[in-house]
Amino acid sequence: MLRDEDRIFTNLYNDFGSDVDSSQKRGDWKDTKEIISKGKEWIINEIKLSELRGRGGAGFPTGLKWSFAPKEIGSKQHYLVINADESEPGTCKDRDILRFEPQKLIEGCLISSYAVNAHICYIYIRGEYYNEGKKLQEAIDEAYKKELIGKNACGSGWDLDIHIHYGAGAYICGEETALLESIEGKKGQPRLKPPFPALIGLYGCPTIVNNVETIAVVPTILRRGGKWFSSLGRSKNTGTKIYCISGNVNNPCNVEEEMGIPLKDLIEKHAGGVIGGWDNLKAVIPGGSSMPLLPKQICETIKMDFDECVENKTGLGTAGIVVINKDQDIIKCMARIARFYKHESCGQCTPCREGSGWMWRMLERMAKGEASRDEVDMLMDVTKQIEGHTICAFGEGSAWPVQGLLRHFKKEVAKRNNFNPLVDKNRNIPYLVDQHLLDK
Amino acid sequence: MSIKKISKDQPDNFEFNKKNLEEANNIIKNYPDGKQQSAVMAFLYLAQKQNDNWIPLAAMKYIGKFLSIPYIKVYEVATFYSMYNLSPVGKYFLQVCTTTPCMIRGAYDLVNVCKKNISENQNELSKDKSCSWVEVECLGACINAPMIQINEDYYEDLDVEKTEKIIEQIKNNEKPKPGSYRGRKNSEPENNRKTLLNIKNA
Repeated sequence: MLRDEDRIFTNLYNDFGSDVDSSQKRGDWKDTKEIISKGKEWIINEIKLSELRGRGGAGFPTGLKWSFAPKEIGSKQHYLVINADESEPGTCKDRDILRFEPQKLIEGCLISSYAVNAHICYIYIRGEYYNEGKKLQEAIDEAYKKELIGKNACGSGWDLDIHIHYGAGAYICGEETALLESIEGKKGQPRLKPPFPALIGLYGCPTIVNNVETIAVVPTILRRGGKWFSSLGRSKNTGTKIYCISGNVNNPCNVEEEMGIPLKDLIEKHAGGVIGGWDNLKAVIPGGSSMPLLPKQICETIKMDFDECVENKTGLGTAGIVVINKDQDIIKCMARIARFYKHESCGQCTPCREGSGWMWRMLERMAKGEASRDEVDMLMDVTKQIEGHTICAFGEGSAWPVQGLLRHFKKEVAKRNNFNPLVDKNRNIPYLVDQHLLDK
Repeated sequence: MSIKKISKDQPDNFEFNKKNLEEANNIIKNYPDGKQQSAVMAFLYLAQKQNDNWIPLAAMKYIGKFLSIPYIKVYEVATFYSMYNLSPVGKYFLQVCTTTPCMIRGAYDLVNVCKKNISENQNELSKDKSCSWVEVECLGACINAPMIQINEDYYEDLDVEKTEKIIEQIKNNEKPKPGSYRGRKNSEPENNRKTLLNIKNA
C-alpha cells in the first residue's frame, strides 16, 4: 500500500478544507515562482522523466504532448484547455479534485500554461457539476486575489487568465476535439484528426487539452522531482492514480493508490470487499464503462496499470472500477451500458449512430432471451463494424464493452438465446414474410 | 443525441432581466473578440434559469440576435445538449441516474418511487405541478450511487425510504439537505478508511 507521505491528494475526502489558506498549509503554491524560473525546457523534461501519462483515459505521455506545442508564440496565441467533462460511467475522481483540491488544479494550470506558452486557460466542466464549478470559481477568485494567477502570476512574470466553461450534459464533449467545438459554441461533434489540436485547436490556435487529474499532479511532481514520481509503479506506468471503486462492493470509495496495485487489493482492502464475498464476484469493469469487462479469474491476479490492462485485452481508462457480483444479470448490465452509448452518440458517423442503437436493441432482447442464436454472432459482427470506422474513439468505446461481454460470457448469452431462427416446419402461414426460409 | 420535444405553448417574447444582462455581458468578456458565439451555452443556461427551468424559442431568437449569430446555430446547440429543457418542467426537477453503476445499486427502485410519488411518466408534471422527473445518464457520482440530482444539488447514497422522504419534503416546499444520505464524508470508504489517517494540515 502506498505510504501516506507519497499521496498527492491529501485532501481527497475534505478533511482540511479546500480554501486557499488551508491548501497553502498543505504545501500548494510553495516555490511556484522558482519552479517557473527554471524554464519551459526543464519543466517539460522533468514531466517526461516522470513518465506521467494522461489520466483522462487514453494514457498519452503528457510531456510528449506538451512538446508538440510550438516553442514560440507565433501570430496565434496558445490555449490550455482542461477537460473536466467527467461523464464516463464509473468515474468520479475529477469531481473530488474540483471540490476539494482546486488549488492544486489552478497551480497546475499556471505551470502547464507556462510550459506550453498559453496565457489563457479554459476549464471545461460538465454542466451537472454546477456546485463543483461554483467551488472552483471561488478558488479561482481567491487565487486572483492573492495574485497567484492573473497578471505577473506569483511574481513569475507570466500572465494567466483562467475561465470556466460549462458543458450541458453531453458525454461526447469529453473527447478533446468535441470539447473544443463545444467551447466555440457549437454542437459537440468531434473533428477529424489530423490536424491535431496542439497545432490547430481552439479557434484554430495551438491548444493543449489535458485531464484535470493530469494537471493537478504536475506541481507535486515538479516539487518532488520526476524521479520520485517514476519510482512509484513500474516503467512506463508510473506514479499514483485515483481509483474509483463503485458497484457491488461494501464500501464504494475513491482512493489514491500506486499504479500497478493489484485489483483484488483495491476491492478487498479499500472498498471492503465484494457484497456477498469474493466468490460472489461475477465481473469487473476496470476502467470506466467503455473498457471491456474482466471475468473473476483475471481479477484474481491483474495489476491495475495501463500496460497490464492492455495485455488482458482491456484498458485502464479512467480507472473507474465497477464491480458486478453474481446477484446482477451481466447481460442486462451491458445492455444498460449500450443504452448509454446509444443516448450519447453525437450522430456524426453512421456506424456509431446506427450501430449503438442496434447493439442496445439486440442486448435488450438478449437479456430477455428473445434473440435467436444467430444473433449472438451478428452482435459481434456489429461491434467489429463500428470499431475503427468512426471519427473519434467513441466507436471503440461503445463496441468494446459488448466485445468484452461476448469474449468472456458468450456461453451464458448463447445459452439464454438458443432458439433456431429458421422455421423448419411448413406451417402454411400465408402472411409469413420469410417464406423463403421454409424451403431450407 | 437526445430526443427533444419542443413545447407547443411558446411565449411571444423573451429578454434577459437586468441581473442576467449584466452577467451575460461579463460572460462574453471571457472569450476573445469576435468569438462571442462561445457564450451561447452559458446564455442558454441563463435563459433557462430565468424562465422557470426551460428555454422557449423566443429566447433562442433573442440570444441569436444578442450574439449576432444565426438563430439556427442557437437552435442547433439547444437541441443537441441534453441539459437544456425545451418544454416546461417542474419547479423541482428530479434527474435520476440509471446508468449501470447506479443501476446495480438499485436506481430503478428510485425510479419506481418517482413513478409512484410524482408522475407515472417521465417529463410529466406531478398533480400539484411542482415537480417532474426524468431518467438520465451517468451524473458522475458513481461512488455515491444511487443518486438523484434535484435542480442543481446532488442527493447521494439513497434508498427507497430516503427518496420518499426527500420527495415529501420538496412537495412541502422544504429544501432537503444535499449530499450523502448515509452520513458518510464525501467519497471516503465508509467505516473502512485505510488511507490519509495520519496526515495533518501541516
